[in-house]
Amino acid sequence: MHAIWVITKREFNSFFDSLVSYIFIVVFLGIGGFFTWLFGSDIFFIGQATLQPFFSIAYFTLFFFIPALTMRMLAEEKRIGTIELLLTKAVSDWQVVLGKFFACLILISVALALTLPYYITVWALGPIDHGAVWCGYFGMILMSMAYIAIGLFASSITNNQIVSFLLALFIGVFFLIIFDVLAVSSTGTIGQLLNFLSMSTHFDSISRGVIDSRDLIYFFSITFLGLMLAETSLSKRNIVE
Amino acid sequence: MSIVVNNLTKKFGTQRAVDNISFEVKTGEILGFLGPNGAGKTTTMKILTCYMAPSDGDAKVNNLSILEYQDEIKKKIGYLPENNPLYYDMPVLDYLQFVADLQGVEKSKIQNRIAEMVYVCGLNVEKHKKIGELSKGFRQRVGLAQAMIHDPEILILDEPTTGLDPNQIVEIRKLIKEIGKQKTVILSTHILPEVEATCDRILIINKGKIVADGTSDMLRKRARGEEMVRVQIRDFDNRDSAATALKGLDSVAIVDFVKESGDTFLVTSKENQNSRKDIFKLCVQKNWVLTEMTPIETKLEDIFRDLTTN
Repeated sequence: MHAIWVITKREFNSFFDSLVSYIFIVVFLGIGGFFTWLFGSDIFFIGQATLQPFFSIAYFTLFFFIPALTMRMLAEEKRIGTIELLLTKAVSDWQVVLGKFFACLILISVALALTLPYYITVWALGPIDHGAVWCGYFGMILMSMAYIAIGLFASSITNNQIVSFLLALFIGVFFLIIFDVLAVSSTGTIGQLLNFLSMSTHFDSISRGVIDSRDLIYFFSITFLGLMLAETSLSKRNIVE
Repeated sequence: MSIVVNNLTKKFGTQRAVDNISFEVKTGEILGFLGPNGAGKTTTMKILTCYMAPSDGDAKVNNLSILEYQDEIKKKIGYLPENNPLYYDMPVLDYLQFVADLQGVEKSKIQNRIAEMVYVCGLNVEKHKKIGELSKGFRQRVGLAQAMIHDPEILILDEPTTGLDPNQIVEIRKLIKEIGKQKTVILSTHILPEVEATCDRILIINKGKIVADGTSDMLRKRARGEEMVRVQIRDFDNRDSAATALKGLDSVAIVDFVKESGDTFLVTSKENQNSRKDIFKLCVQKNWVLTEMTPIETKLEDIFRDLTTN
């Protein structure tokens, strides 16, 4: 536990050392704010006291930004060789992966926490469904966990940050759109399966304020699978033929 | 704390990077790992530091197998990898703090340890800079500092003096020698004088196999065979007759000219005999002036080349 926390702390600080975090937060808040308050189907256009516009835009911004945060985490360490230094310290592969995972999750939580003024403002504008808002934030966190795990996996199998970024987007886009689109055009068990695999199915139901165990299982499974694959690909060096 | 390596093998595909090697390092011994590029030095070190699992065989650190007790072993080893990878965007002090934390140094002792490492490795001037802003030599010192921060009982250093200037090299060697008094050190290098200057024992490996194991004196003795002396003589009449006279000595086997013309000879004595006394006496007797008589030592370079080519 201690080792995970030490790694998390370092990774988190390194976000702030390298400006990545500032850019991420500013752009995330900027895009989120712009579409929530100023443009398109914004809050004034809908005329309801709801954070739904923010969540639907954050749903896409996080999809793009999380791979950008995770792409360097393992790929860069592998490229410059610091992974060797790290793994010969008294830490296990799992602790390294989890440490990085939590660092990224905390950064996203910070960015999400900075959007709480939106919530307060909307609350001041009219009667808001508090449950739906908190569930929306909860859904955001769950979704981020899944994308971070995918991103870490993508980062673990290459030395190249760009490859890692694109690969994470590629895997992510299946969960974001492709399963959804395919589910619409197919029927029967396959249709149901694809519908279950689509992230929007689960995210929508959570952000409406319904937390179902199936949704939780869905997000936790993707997270666990992604982290496990990342760990496996890190510990591949130990494979004995 | 001792290291015992038993029939260690590491295969990469069909290539055997480390081929069935066994050796032992005792507490307080400094072992020099020598070998050409790609001989398997780094791979062996990676296995000993629990970074990679061996394909076959086992190694025991303080009687704990690297296959099972990785966590315990990792805590006891300080490792400086090849090329010294570091987080360039971290300041030196933060980095040392991070490593100390990770290695489980007690909270109350961390600051002391950092201060000591900064002092020992001469990092005081640069300690607030980011690692990426440091020169190569200072980065190397940071690498050493992070390897030693948790006061490990075993130090494994992969080419510790690359990129250092001659003064720093001398300092680092002194440091390694100092540490080696109480601790077990394994270091690899290409620089042969370095091994002689620092190591108690030398292990030469080539193509994954151990080709020599012993102190530098032992290796030298093994490789030398007959004694060879370089002799320069003045004031003789004819160089060929001088050579013949030298050859006529009981203890001399071969006489060569160093150059086509000139007055320097290369005298090889017969096995287990010493010719220097006889040469001197001959010169006195013939009234020659002996201006040089140098025993030619087999250099470690020659032994190395001998063992690692073909």
